[in-house]
Amino acid sequence: MTVKPIAIRCQNITKIYDTGDQQVTALNGVNMDILMGELMMLVGPSGCGKTTLISIIAGILDQTSGDCKLFGENLLTLHSKDKLQFRAENIGFVFQAYNLLPSLNAAENVSVPLIINGVKRAVAERKAADMLEKVGLGARTKSLPAELSGGQQQRVAIARALIHSPRLIVCDEPTSALDHESGHNIMHLMKEVALDQQRVLVIVTHDARIFNFADRIAEMDDGHIVKVVNSAAELK
Amino acid sequence: MNHIALKMLMGDKGKYLGIIMGLTFASLIMTQQPAIFVGLMARSYSFISDVGLPDIWVMDPKVQFIDDIKPMQETELYRVRGISGVEWATPLYKGMLKARLTDGTFQTCNVIGLDDTTLVGGPAVMLEGKLSDLRRSDGVIVDIDGAKDKLGKPASIPGGKSTPLKIGDSLELNDRRAIVVGIAKVTRTFQSQPVVYTTYSRAKAYAPQERRMLSFVLVKAKPGQNMDELIKRIETTTGLAAYTQEGFKQLTYTYFLKNTGIPINFGITIALGFIVGTAIAGQTFYNFTLENLRQFGVLKAMGASNGTLLRMILLQAVLVGGIGYGLGVGIAALFGFLMRHTILAFKMPWQLLVFSGTGVALICVMVALISILKVIRLEPAIVFKS
Repeated sequence: MTVKPIAIRCQNITKIYDTGDQQVTALNGVNMDILMGELMMLVGPSGCGKTTLISIIAGILDQTSGDCKLFGENLLTLHSKDKLQFRAENIGFVFQAYNLLPSLNAAENVSVPLIINGVKRAVAERKAADMLEKVGLGARTKSLPAELSGGQQQRVAIARALIHSPRLIVCDEPTSALDHESGHNIMHLMKEVALDQQRVLVIVTHDARIFNFADRIAEMDDGHIVKVVNSAAELK
Repeated sequence: MNHIALKMLMGDKGKYLGIIMGLTFASLIMTQQPAIFVGLMARSYSFISDVGLPDIWVMDPKVQFIDDIKPMQETELYRVRGISGVEWATPLYKGMLKARLTDGTFQTCNVIGLDDTTLVGGPAVMLEGKLSDLRRSDGVIVDIDGAKDKLGKPASIPGGKSTPLKIGDSLELNDRRAIVVGIAKVTRTFQSQPVVYTTYSRAKAYAPQERRMLSFVLVKAKPGQNMDELIKRIETTTGLAAYTQEGFKQLTYTYFLKNTGIPINFGITIALGFIVGTAIAGQTFYNFTLENLRQFGVLKAMGASNGTLLRMILLQAVLVGGIGYGLGVGIAALFGFLMRHTILAFKMPWQLLVFSGTGVALICVMVALISILKVIRLEPAIVFKS
């Protein structure tokens, strides 16, 4: 059996939010390794620190203390410009509320990460149309988000997360706004299209219906990782 | 990212139109009201503009504006004529006299007495008759607006239309008969009184007798003369005041600016337009940014820099500013065009467009700045908050 390289290493991560009159500790000494080609799910009750942890992993939030290395790069020490570029090239996002730009059609929405990376609009939109084809929306490239169902919007969001071939995809509750069937379809799509040996998927979820898709599951509570298991059955 | 910025802006048509309407309103108020103000101010010196031939106006040193007549002795005319560098100098009478109309009512008129020989200072545009007809016995030329309106013959039935004064009609000026020999087009004056042109000697006869009757001396400089030096020579030699046409215009409108409440009143309206325009456009644009904050957050999370987002917001502000400014100026210009034959004073020089353009640009910069600050301070982690 080959040993997979470590893609993300979190060491003793602490995050304290200063709300003015009081301090709230969201993460309290989190240690975790995520391997290349792995689909890791972060689960746990609301307020346990899941979203804070993926925000730090994705480099959109700075930890108060501790180290987080993403593909060997410590984002905290990067210059803000380099950090932006690193994020633009290496990270894709899938959100619970899809967060598609409502005035852009599907192809334009998918092309946004490429445009941020300096790709010409026409080229970006052509690639976006190809990517939409891969996620089964080849016929809806010109549709606005409002004209698509929740499942279709999430497919557009997945296409947008993949278009620039990032090495990490972070997903926040990708199936919680979808019915059972759509949720399963989305997870199948993620495994088939998004996951490969050069990429890591970190999914924050409450949705126990999709736990079986994970390679490993990290259960969090009160700012800690309580346990990391290989299957949903071990959580109980 | 430009097309994304534009699509974001135009995606919400209600908000987009709201911002444009706010800026259009501000631009309209900041163009139309000053245009009326400039039009009014231009009317204060319209008579000076209409008298185009002379280079220099000579008058009593105490004169503060065109209608502030302080008559001089006629000998001043000969003194001015004797000054070196003067090609010619002619007398001009200007005074307010009461005209008795055919129905027995009185109307105050602006009577202009032109040099009997040269008729210098006469109206440039004659609609009927000729300027030289003034040499006919008791001849006067009246302006078209006065002839149609205030000097017109009253209607025979109550509420009917008055009959315009025409060539051959007569009126009385200070109990002396005046026969209309021409109708002229002149620029409206500030008071909008009818203008009656006649010869200098006849004007003196119409006016109540005074020891001094000469209102102005109109001077043409010899070719190649330095105007400032000639003015200085006239002032030193005669003790009178002398101004170029532009100088006299400036003296007149400065008087109106300083001594009437017009600039303050218009200033308040313009300031209100600016404030209301800023408030409407600012609030709508800011709300638009707030509502798009999550979208800006998504772009930021994906790696869009603050500089990129700043350019997007600036582009949005420039676009709505440009459209709002264009519409506002366009509506103001259309207003002016439609009102061109009415009594309304309206003048829109290019400087005014620069003024309102600067005002709209200022609003856009302020509005964009507030939105930009909000976006720059935005934590991209907002994207994970539901």
